[in-house]
Amino acid sequence: MDIECPLVARQHKAGQFIILQLGGDFNERIPLTVADKDVEKGTITIVFQTVGATTHLLARKNVGDDIPNILGPLGHPTDIEKFGKVVCVGGGIGVAPLYPIAQAMKAAGNDVKIIIGARTKNLVIMEDKMRSIDPDLTIVTDDGSYGRKALVTVPLKEFCENWHPDEAVAIGPPVMMKFCALTTQPFGVKTVVSLNTIMIDGTGMCGGCRVSIGGQTKFVCVDGPEFDGHQVDWNNMLSRLGTFKPQEAEEHHRCHLDLGIPEGKA
Amino acid sequence: MKSAKELDEIAAKLRKNSYTPKERMAIPLQEMPVQAPEVRIHNMDEVALGFSENQAIVEASRCLGCKNHPCVEGCPVRIDIPGFVSHVASGDMKGAYSVISQSSLLPAICGRVCPQENQCQKFCTVGKMHKDIEQSVGIGRLERYVADAMSAQGYEIIPEVAAATGKKVAVVGSGPASIAAAADLRKAGHEVFMFEALHKGGGVLVYGIPEFRLPKKIVASEIGKLEKMGVHIQTNFLVGRTMTLDALMKEEGFDAVFVGSGAGLPKLLGVPGENLVGVFSANEYLTRSNLMHSYDPDHALTPAIKSEKVAVFGGGNVAMDAARTALRLGASEVTIVYRRSENELPARHEEVGHAKEEGVHFLFLHAPVEVQGDDKGRVTGVVLQTCVLGEPDASGRRSPVPVEGSEKFYQFDTVIAAIGNGSNPLIKMTTPQIETNRRGNFIVNEETLETSIPGVFAGGDIVLGAATVILAMGQGRQAAKAMNEYLSGK
Repeated sequence: MDIECPLVARQHKAGQFIILQLGGDFNERIPLTVADKDVEKGTITIVFQTVGATTHLLARKNVGDDIPNILGPLGHPTDIEKFGKVVCVGGGIGVAPLYPIAQAMKAAGNDVKIIIGARTKNLVIMEDKMRSIDPDLTIVTDDGSYGRKALVTVPLKEFCENWHPDEAVAIGPPVMMKFCALTTQPFGVKTVVSLNTIMIDGTGMCGGCRVSIGGQTKFVCVDGPEFDGHQVDWNNMLSRLGTFKPQEAEEHHRCHLDLGIPEGKA
Repeated sequence: MKSAKELDEIAAKLRKNSYTPKERMAIPLQEMPVQAPEVRIHNMDEVALGFSENQAIVEASRCLGCKNHPCVEGCPVRIDIPGFVSHVASGDMKGAYSVISQSSLLPAICGRVCPQENQCQKFCTVGKMHKDIEQSVGIGRLERYVADAMSAQGYEIIPEVAAATGKKVAVVGSGPASIAAAADLRKAGHEVFMFEALHKGGGVLVYGIPEFRLPKKIVASEIGKLEKMGVHIQTNFLVGRTMTLDALMKEEGFDAVFVGSGAGLPKLLGVPGENLVGVFSANEYLTRSNLMHSYDPDHALTPAIKSEKVAVFGGGNVAMDAARTALRLGASEVTIVYRRSENELPARHEEVGHAKEEGVHFLFLHAPVEVQGDDKGRVTGVVLQTCVLGEPDASGRRSPVPVEGSEKFYQFDTVIAAIGNGSNPLIKMTTPQIETNRRGNFIVNEETLETSIPGVFAGGDIVLGAATVILAMGQGRQAAKAMNEYLSGK
């Protein structure tokens, strides 16, 4: 989805995110990473999956509709340098925020290899854009319907063994990022992950997004969103993500009822 | 409390102005009508219901109109208190409102949340003569009455704006310091842009102070006044990220900036387990309920925090707000855990009283050692240590000294840290040349509140650390005065 917000488009750098709220007193604030931008048109591109109430409502917007509240760009930009060889791993819609990072890594003179993972063939996104950065891009699916039948950690391990990357960037579901970090750790390959925790304000005020990094409490919104994957306390982060699971399940069900969407269809 | 009929008689006699000072001293203090505790813990509506007109007139008539009016000295924005109170006593509420409006843009808010017992009412001659500060004239309650009565009539005074100066001023944040600064800067004829990061203006008045203490429609109407004065309010704009302070001045041509970005960095417990599921900063807990309306689960998409046994750490107003919010969100037992004793509680007396009436428990002289959790990472309770009071510390309060070996486990499913806020590092991070102290607060000239960057002024919690609404407003006005002088020489 392309959204016109010139100020955010102008300032946005790879790795940063926005917070979106659909107006009124009762809508929630959700963080979303920015996949692309067009400074001239003043637009940013977001890619999202319909998982909660707001993404369901967002999916029902039409061209020309208004999104009342967008705050950004938030968080630190990705540290882009010439590291040498960089492997970029994207899982599911995590491929979207990975794209500008891979692009910037390439532009900085790095040799970039890309791994895209998805549950099944029709969930593989942005393949062409990614292929323009790495023509040899590796695709894996859980069910083998496209590319290799494997998890992203399999080709990642092979790269670590045979290609010896200087840095890895992994963006996707938290469990995927956790296992990417565990995969690269024995090889001593620094692994940057982008965390998408529960957030309200996104400015450092509430602390709901906090994670434990190397034993220290950090805020994803102002200290992150990217951290050294080998330092993240993944179990704590995963349990914090589940804080509101019962309420979210209820809300999700209600949202489907309200919008008349059968369960399982978006 | 007097019956309505008796009040009518007193009010009628007062209108004829036939009381001597001695008789005035005998007029009974008017108690604030409140929602009954057993009712109010089941709703978010305002606890204090406000005076009736007769109550206001009677209470105002307790003022002796003493010559040296020490109350005014106690007011950070120097409202002409005897002036407005005498209008109330004669039943002229518009006149009273006009007097207040000369000094304060936010009477409906300040009448509710100012710590009057430490300010105007602390110095009140009536209280001194009774040798009981509780017997001082209820200045805050009268201020609130005047503001509410005028608003009920749809009467408002929009301050006059001077001829355009051609100068452009940015105000960062939209909390009390920024509101006060924006109003005074606009009055002087500058074009004022207010930048707020959240999707609604009001800062801590909206996200922090609960509905039952400060109805949000009051905040919205006060912000509306600024808009009517011609202040541009830009929400969803985070100075430091959407644009840096530097860029505002160099690229966007702002002639001066006021930073009132507040103390938006929650202090956590600093003990093992502080990140377990079920441990919240008071900021998060209150923001969910207040700004995001999660107390109304039929409408709000932001989930409420469901709790049975809640521990709130801290002893300030924010701790009281969090504890009382927890009750309203359905917790069955709420305990405020404070390291010092009841005497040292920094919260307003009235808030502590309300919390007690509502059934909040207090555990004094206890400090957290560790938050414990189950195998799913959820809070099961807190190990607490008892404390004794030692020597007074830098703040003048006796500091708590933990007693070794006194550790004991207490069961809780929700833990809220209300132990203060640090200053938000974002502006410092993105404009490093601004000088800050060890705590991250902006260092300013005491007189002008100008920071180390010429043309950039600051006030409120970003300078003071966590303070009060009225002190922030006072600083907003102080800075605006200096900024108006700075801009006239530019």
